[in-house]
Amino acid sequence: MAVLNEEQEMLRDMAREWVTNESAVAKFRAVRASGEPRAYDPAAYATIARMGWAGVIIPEEFGGTDFGWLSAGMILEEMGKTVTASPLLTTTLAAAAIVLGGNPEQKAKWLPQLAGGAMIGTLAIDEGAHHNPHRLETSVSDSSLTGTKAFVHEAHDATLFVVAAADGMYVVDTSTPDAAASVQVATRHLADMRSHAQVTFCGARAEKLAHGGDDLLDQVLDRARILTACEMLGMAQQVFDTTLDYLKQRVQFNQALSSFQALQHRMADLFGDLAMMRSAVEGGLQALDSGMMMPHAAAIAKAEANRVLHTISREGVQLHGGIGMTDEYDIGFYLKRARVLEASWGSTGFLKDRFATLSGY
Amino acid sequence: MASLAKAGAPASETDFRREVQQFLSESFPPELKGKGNPVTGVESDLRETEPQRRWREAMGARGWGTPTWPKEYGGGGLSRKQAAILNEELSRAGAYNPIGGMGVMMFGPTLLEYGNEQQKQEHIPPICRGEIRWCQGYSEPNAGSDLANLQTTAEDKGDHYLVNGQKTWTSGGQWADKCFCLVRTDRSDKHKGISFLLMDMRAAGVEVRPIRMISGLSPFCETFFTDVKVPKENLVGREGEGWTIGKRLLQHERTNLSGGGSMARMMGPRLSDLAKKYHEADASGVLTDKVLRDRIADFEIRWGAFLLTARRAAEESKEKGGVSEISSVLKKLGTKLSQERSELTIEIMGLQGLGWEGEGFSDAELAGVRAWLFGKAVTIYGGSTEIQNNIIAKRVLGMLDHQ
Ligand SMILES: Cc1cc2nc3c(=O)[nH]c(=O)nc-3n(C[C@H](O)[C@H](O)[C@H](O)COP(=O)(O)OP(=O)(O)OC[C@H]3O[C@@H](n4cnc5c(N)ncnc54)[C@H](O)[C@@H]3O)c2cc1C
Repeated sequence: MAVLNEEQEMLRDMAREWVTNESAVAKFRAVRASGEPRAYDPAAYATIARMGWAGVIIPEEFGGTDFGWLSAGMILEEMGKTVTASPLLTTTLAAAAIVLGGNPEQKAKWLPQLAGGAMIGTLAIDEGAHHNPHRLETSVSDSSLTGTKAFVHEAHDATLFVVAAADGMYVVDTSTPDAAASVQVATRHLADMRSHAQVTFCGARAEKLAHGGDDLLDQVLDRARILTACEMLGMAQQVFDTTLDYLKQRVQFNQALSSFQALQHRMADLFGDLAMMRSAVEGGLQALDSGMMMPHAAAIAKAEANRVLHTISREGVQLHGGIGMTDEYDIGFYLKRARVLEASWGSTGFLKDRFATLSGY
Repeated sequence: MASLAKAGAPASETDFRREVQQFLSESFPPELKGKGNPVTGVESDLRETEPQRRWREAMGARGWGTPTWPKEYGGGGLSRKQAAILNEELSRAGAYNPIGGMGVMMFGPTLLEYGNEQQKQEHIPPICRGEIRWCQGYSEPNAGSDLANLQTTAEDKGDHYLVNGQKTWTSGGQWADKCFCLVRTDRSDKHKGISFLLMDMRAAGVEVRPIRMISGLSPFCETFFTDVKVPKENLVGREGEGWTIGKRLLQHERTNLSGGGSMARMMGPRLSDLAKKYHEADASGVLTDKVLRDRIADFEIRWGAFLLTARRAAEESKEKGGVSEISSVLKKLGTKLSQERSELTIEIMGLQGLGWEGEGFSDAELAGVRAWLFGKAVTIYGGSTEIQNNIIAKRVLGMLDHQ
């Protein structure tokens, strides 16, 4: 765990307490049982916003707290531990795009609403099943945006879409009925039972984020990679802890499973992997806060998150034996969510290619 | 969060930096510039050149080879910050720290903690000056991972101990002046029967036989003790305290073996540069072998995460005091990655990267092969990877043998 200042420590403790007491995995089960396509509990998100968590990276003048990326990441890590379903991650990313690329009027118009929870935001970037952000067909003419985006997370309740088009990034605000009519949301049920949809923009009114420079999209995506890795870190930590506890309790051959060396060494390996993942993810957050070596750090953070969560989610199921295969036991939620996040904003192959390119080979 | 900015360093640090720069310009022989440390990595038969000797003596006189050790025993007495500045200036000047070996890495810190005043006065200053070389007499033919099974005995003869037995894998034993040894003073208790004894490698009854390694070098020995007389004052701590002291020393060994920084320095050229040299790249410098490119990136991402882990372990230890929990994984992670790296290195060079000796190979190519082979040892010594896994599982994760 990175060394924290007092403010960060308070925030982390607060997040940990809320997640443990108010947002256990049972809450996610309830969301799933409701069958609502939005796949989160609006009351819970209202609480999240009231606690200020939607504005952690938003400047104070626009209604946020400006606590920084390490703080934002810690909250998402805690929520990952209980697979808390919420649009916090995507809203934070949409806000980041506006902070980086918006003009003063755009910031004043949207950031306070995102920070306060009145609007839910999301990124609409990829147009196919694979992350491929530099091949886009979505186009804009006369401020009207046309294109189809695949697997947009948290699309059902979002009213602010940050959309990547061939010539830059745009905001489509669908909070009025008129504007909403130009956008079609078609549900795509993925294994993680969260909100995903194909979103079609048919001449939707769009405002360009013109202040972010040519690499705005990459900058936003690097933030998406790092924050997603934070949720993944929480998930990996939880699966590891749960598995370790299980091995200590479960008795076979008259002894606790944890006393078998073959299992001890597998857990020691996972513990080492988890240490690398945490360092990589926290390194990404620190790079964001300090502005140094950011693109490299983002690639390392998400690539390590992919590698380690993938391994831990598989080993977690295996080391539980049959009970890990049951829907009644929680571990399957982590396995399914893991794969969705691994494929989002860059698979391991994509990230290695990007790392090599950034490193000049 | 640590600020990496240099601006705004306190005046005392700036002064110290100047002092180091002046010392370097006066004392570092220019002909040694950029040559690297002749004793890095492998303990070897060190025949010093004249400039190398002068440089060692200059650093030794200041105590700067052991920068944070107390001044009263010949160390530099520097703060961590000053030591870091010294390091920066050394590498900026293309210089190296000529004071090293097991005395510096493991024995010195242990003796400073457990030795009595007389022992510290006698043994620490020559280590700081790089005059005395120490070797480690721990392992025996039947005591490797199960080190406490050691059988070499030290029999109490009133004013001295009489030592009999065999040690093995004694690195640098044939060149060492002295040896810190674990010996058995009591047969009735496996752990409490062990004591920590300092031996003179020139004493009567000490015999060493070099062992040849797969790398072709013979940097370690079998060591035989036959009725060797050792003065009583060479016992460190009390009789029976050897296991505690010996384990503390191993901690220093592991810290040194897994230090990300020192490992990174040992690593040589970037893999991608090597690949560009031995394979093809397109006009924009992208490697044409996409599989190799992917594997290099795969390695470098994990190596980056390891360096961040080493940094985090250091920050956590500093913040909380004591040793961070994740320090326990550094040795196993770092040594595995360093082996992976040297496997990739020779693979990238193809058969050119497997030259053993003679014509047709550059010095770097030949050195790469020997380093690859010697590197196989790092997951074995200092507590093998499997032993590290046992320690992590039991001590850190609480997975006990029987519950
Ligand atoms: C290059 C080199 C330099 C060395 N220098 C020195 C030196 O200067 N001084 C010194 O005293 N020693 C030195 N050693 C010795 C080193 O400390 C031992 O080799 C090491 O402790 C392992 O012991 P062993 O070789 O007897 O292997 P063993 O203990 O016999 O182990 C064989 C294999 O079994 C595994 N194993 C052993 N026990 C367990 C267990 N409980 N659970 C699971 N797996 C296990 C090991 O990990 C290893 O893979 C050196 C070794 C090398 C290779």
